[in-house]
Amino acid sequence: MAEIMYWEAIRRAHDEEMERDPLVICMGEDIGVAGGTYKATKGLYEKYGAERVIDTPISENGYTGVGIGASFLGVRPIIEIMSVNFAWLAMDQLFNSAAKVRYMSGGQVTAPLVVRSAGGTAHQLGAQHSARMEKVFMGIAGLRVVTPSNPRQAYGLLKSAVRCNDPVYINEHELMYNMKGEVPDGEYFHPLEGSEVTREGSDVTLFGYNISVHWCLQAAETLAKEHGINAEVVDLYALAPLDRAGIAATVRKTHRAVIVEEAEPAVGVGAEVMAIINEACFFELDAAPVRVSAANVPVPYNHKLEKAAIPNAADVVAAVRRMFGK
Amino acid sequence: MNVADKKRLLREMLFARRFEERCYEAYVERKIGGFLHLYPGQEACCHGVLEAARPGQDYVITGYRDHVHAIKCGADPKEVMAELYAKETGSSKGRGGSMHIFAADHHFMGGYALVGGPFPLAAGMAKAIKMKGGEEIAICFLGDAANNQGTFHESLNMAKLWDLPVLYVCENNLYGIGTRIDRSTAVIDQYKRVSGYNIPSAQEDGQDIEKVFKAAKKAVDHVRSGKGPYFLELMTYRYRGHSMSDSNAYRSKKEERMWSERDPIILLRDRLIKAGEITKDDYKAMDTEILDTIENDVIAFAESSPEPRVEELEKYVLAENDPWVYGGGR
Ligand SMILES: Cc1ncc(C[n+]2csc(CCOP(=O)(O)OP(=O)(O)O)c2C)c(N)n1
Ligand SMILES: [Mg+2]
Repeated sequence: MAEIMYWEAIRRAHDEEMERDPLVICMGEDIGVAGGTYKATKGLYEKYGAERVIDTPISENGYTGVGIGASFLGVRPIIEIMSVNFAWLAMDQLFNSAAKVRYMSGGQVTAPLVVRSAGGTAHQLGAQHSARMEKVFMGIAGLRVVTPSNPRQAYGLLKSAVRCNDPVYINEHELMYNMKGEVPDGEYFHPLEGSEVTREGSDVTLFGYNISVHWCLQAAETLAKEHGINAEVVDLYALAPLDRAGIAATVRKTHRAVIVEEAEPAVGVGAEVMAIINEACFFELDAAPVRVSAANVPVPYNHKLEKAAIPNAADVVAAVRRMFGK
Repeated sequence: MNVADKKRLLREMLFARRFEERCYEAYVERKIGGFLHLYPGQEACCHGVLEAARPGQDYVITGYRDHVHAIKCGADPKEVMAELYAKETGSSKGRGGSMHIFAADHHFMGGYALVGGPFPLAAGMAKAIKMKGGEEIAICFLGDAANNQGTFHESLNMAKLWDLPVLYVCENNLYGIGTRIDRSTAVIDQYKRVSGYNIPSAQEDGQDIEKVFKAAKKAVDHVRSGKGPYFLELMTYRYRGHSMSDSNAYRSKKEERMWSERDPIILLRDRLIKAGEITKDDYKAMDTEILDTIENDVIAFAESSPEPRVEELEKYVLAENDPWVYGGGR
């Protein structure tokens, strides 16, 4: 098992899938000759050529539609939308065409494509380059949403997403492309549904996804060392559909839940997980579930304000301590 | 186009006309729900273009005014009507409706309800065809008002940039719902708008099927020979309101009369009568036979078909039992 970076894991998945199947292509802005903003497609243009590694014009809705149309005929496009903020422009094709075509054609026409983009808040990129949009994607029937928290998931989720017959949206993170982690040397296919218990615990479950898993893990260490609280950390790598059974199982074990999300609270992952807990195992709870979310503001440029807007591990620790009255 | 072809096309267009008129009745009877956009007046566009192409092989996509295009590609009219009746036997199993007719077996890749939505989808299908080295082309039929969407410009740019085998057909019926073209669009001649993308184009009378056929032949040949996209504008008119809820009050009676005098079916019929190829009685007999078929075959099938089962509400949302959802195994 080799340690590689998140971007390398994504690049490797592209490369293997493109080598295996000549109908796998990738498209996006600056992904070819320039090698990709996050290097996720580095070297692929040289290897597979311009017909399969397509530098697109800056036409998010247009090229997403082109990818969808190609997928109708069996092509397997992996579309990179440079930043999730730009995905707003592709919502029409993604939601109105890709997510609905199987249903409204009675199963005749399907859109097996992958759309991946860099989400999350990085460092002082300002309001229009700091959106967290997973909540938007996960509310749409007909679309799968996954979000890797480490290189192994980044690799394995893309491998499975390319082969899956549904449209899959992969939410990556601006700050995670250089993160290192172990990835199996052989082929590995990560499931597109379910959740992972990243740290076993008994007192409270910290639910995270993507970058917030790391805040949860950090918080869990502090809670164990300094406050005698043994937290379980659950990684919700699949946001649509969410893992109802997995969520209920951990709450039945710990009886307490804190959901940590990088996005604003309204209509988000936290709200959805709470609803599932309510529906599935309300009477197992020893305390009211709590969300740790971003402030409800367009992300500010000023460093201090930006820091205040986005949660971190200390916020998670504080929320758990409040829950325990400590 | 020989005489036999012309006679067949006369029948096909008359069938399309009667089919749509019967939809109107069924809608009034509340057998058909939702939005219903009808095609009378524009028949020569669909039939002329697809006659010049390879329906059933070439991949066709369009907007919500889609029944006739689907049938011309080979969809069974019974299944199209059953879809309008929201039945399980419908072309989209009752899940689509009038605006979402699909017949993938015949390469009719659907009706879409977002104005301008099919532009990039057509380019994408063309990309797939090109990658696979097929002889087919993609054909996208849309209205005049759709050309004001961003997808029009984005798609034309990419289609030319990558020289994709796609034919864009603009059925210019002069209106987008109730707004006349000169009130929504800075350039009235739509075929001129694509010159900015280096795409060859032409404008043709959309009421005369022989002219449409000739112009389309040139367009289709261009695209099929690997020279990249083509844009064909056909001047036409829809007789009815935009959809069933449209009172049509924005158009003058004079304008409507002028266009009905250039009816595509009457034009072809009279030409065939004048040439001595058919008689008025032949035409009447054809009409009677079509009306019988629609009533006894098409409507009867739709009426007697079962509705989808509520237990299958969530079928077709996602792929069923896709192993890759579970990591490849299971
Ligand atoms: C994105 C979008 N905007 C608005 C509408 C509402 N709408 C439906 S059809 C239509 C007019 C389109 O006219 P045109 O493209 O000329 O086609 P026609 O109906 O004349 O065949 C409008 C505005 C829609 N369905 N989709
Ligand atoms: Mg129009």
